[in-house]
Amino acid sequence: MEALWLSMKLAGCVAAILLVIGMPVAYWLAYSNWRLKFLLESVVALPLVLPPTVLGFYALVAMGPRGPLGKLWFALFGHGLAFTFGGLILASVLYSFPFAVQPLIASFEGVDRRLLDASAVLGAGGARTFWRVILPLSLPGVVTAAVLSFAHTLGEFGVVLMVGGNLAGVTRTVSIDIYDHVQSLEYGEANRMALVLLAISFAVLSVVYAVNRRVWTPWTAK
Amino acid sequence: MLTAQIRKERRSAGTSSFVLDVSVEVSPGITILFGTSGAGKSTLLDCVAGLTRPDEGRIAVAADILFDSARKINVPALKRRTAYVFQTLALFPHLSAEENVAYGLKDLRQEERRERVEAILKAFRVEKLRKQRPGEISGGERQRIALARSLVTEPRVLLLDEPLTGLDAELKAAIVDDLRAWNTAKGIPILYVTHSREEVDALGERVIALDNGRVVSAGRPMEVLNAPRRKRLAQAAGFENLLSATVLDLREADGVMRVRLGESDCEIEVPLAYAAAGSRVQVAARAGDILLATERPHGLSARNVIEGLIVSLEQRGTMIIARVDCGVTLVVHVTPGAVRALELTAGRRVWLVLKTHSCHFVD
Repeated sequence: MEALWLSMKLAGCVAAILLVIGMPVAYWLAYSNWRLKFLLESVVALPLVLPPTVLGFYALVAMGPRGPLGKLWFALFGHGLAFTFGGLILASVLYSFPFAVQPLIASFEGVDRRLLDASAVLGAGGARTFWRVILPLSLPGVVTAAVLSFAHTLGEFGVVLMVGGNLAGVTRTVSIDIYDHVQSLEYGEANRMALVLLAISFAVLSVVYAVNRRVWTPWTAK
Repeated sequence: MLTAQIRKERRSAGTSSFVLDVSVEVSPGITILFGTSGAGKSTLLDCVAGLTRPDEGRIAVAADILFDSARKINVPALKRRTAYVFQTLALFPHLSAEENVAYGLKDLRQEERRERVEAILKAFRVEKLRKQRPGEISGGERQRIALARSLVTEPRVLLLDEPLTGLDAELKAAIVDDLRAWNTAKGIPILYVTHSREEVDALGERVIALDNGRVVSAGRPMEVLNAPRRKRLAQAAGFENLLSATVLDLREADGVMRVRLGESDCEIEVPLAYAAAGSRVQVAARAGDILLATERPHGLSARNVIEGLIVSLEQRGTMIIARVDCGVTLVVHVTPGAVRALELTAGRRVWLVLKTHSCHFVD
């Protein structure tokens, strides 16, 4: 159960961080007219196609005592970053980035441009238009982004293994725990954890699809 | 007074490009911007509102310059105080009518804001809908709320992009009356885009006709639309008969000339225009301006009596569209009563009567 709690804590932190940094990135990607925008779009989508071990490998090298991130972290906090909960969060944020940013881009782009024009003509600047028009109309996308990054982080294995290792209570997440149980031939234990993870994943995806089917929407669609 | 000189090139896919190149003056009151779709009406409105940046030009309201390419002035849309009602209305779907209307009043104190919202909802007769969302109310009510939302901000210019399409004439007239009543006190320039001839007749104080990015005509509705100089404008303005003709001779003393319609033997007299004998011209005539007789009429002042056969009669609402073959096919509008009284049927021989000055030239 300690592993499950750790996984939930990790996934929650990652989802929250991703919403905060994903929104400005998604806003920029949705509305910028920059010609080379596709380059950044590709970078954002990279974790979708890279094997988790590749991402985890680079994250580990960067966070190691001789890597740039590791050095910076040591200078700031007096301890290393690799094999810590903080390091795990950082790697997971990178790994789940597209799962948060892409639904946000899609829903920002889905907001009728004329509503943004109307907002501007009525005297609203970019920030007011975002909070009063874009964000409320993108709520399904925001929910999708939060839920998908939570679920994706909950189920990750390769990155955690590379960056976090297997320290009970610090970096041993559910998926690692299940792997351990299987390695030790404790199939009953593994099955119990696997079922819990399966149930959570199903529940979480149901929320996403329900929202996107507009089973639940905060206003009446036109 | 709104003055705008605008040049804006818009490239679309492929090689075709569209250039809006206009100079307009809009005095207080309603000015209609008329033209077919793609004539550049919405682009012009977007430039005035600051949503599209002209390539060059100057836009000013009274002495305040909103845009001047020479002096590198470009006041952003949110500071222009122009109100804009879009064709789609663009009401915020997640906000109530009241919240939509209050959206542009963020700088006011709460009390004053409530008073202003209340007053404008009353002026446009939608005070009962204040808690409803746009999705829950009818089209006409949405249009009223969109107008209220724009006008509550006390704009200096009002831009309306076909705001009343899809409404029946009565409802349209009622909304326009409310708009006029509101503007008698404010006296701001209103630029009203439409491609409907009926709306021009109902609203018109002044008309600016646009075609393919250029102002082709400006003035009072009668002057602009009854003497269309461009083919597409003629069609848009409801000239059902648009015929090519050859000039036969000019009778300058009488202010008329004779033309032959198409390849037929049919000759008619039309107002004198700048054309040489033998040249090809386009003549436009409204179907409603042509009389139809079942015997050869005499003692008429009208100079053109054309013999022909009815090809077809087609009912459209309370009007019947008769196609008559006179060598060229002419369209004539008659009432069902006239069809019954004259016992009109396809194949019947008839005479069409067309006044000289009901014929117009088209470039």
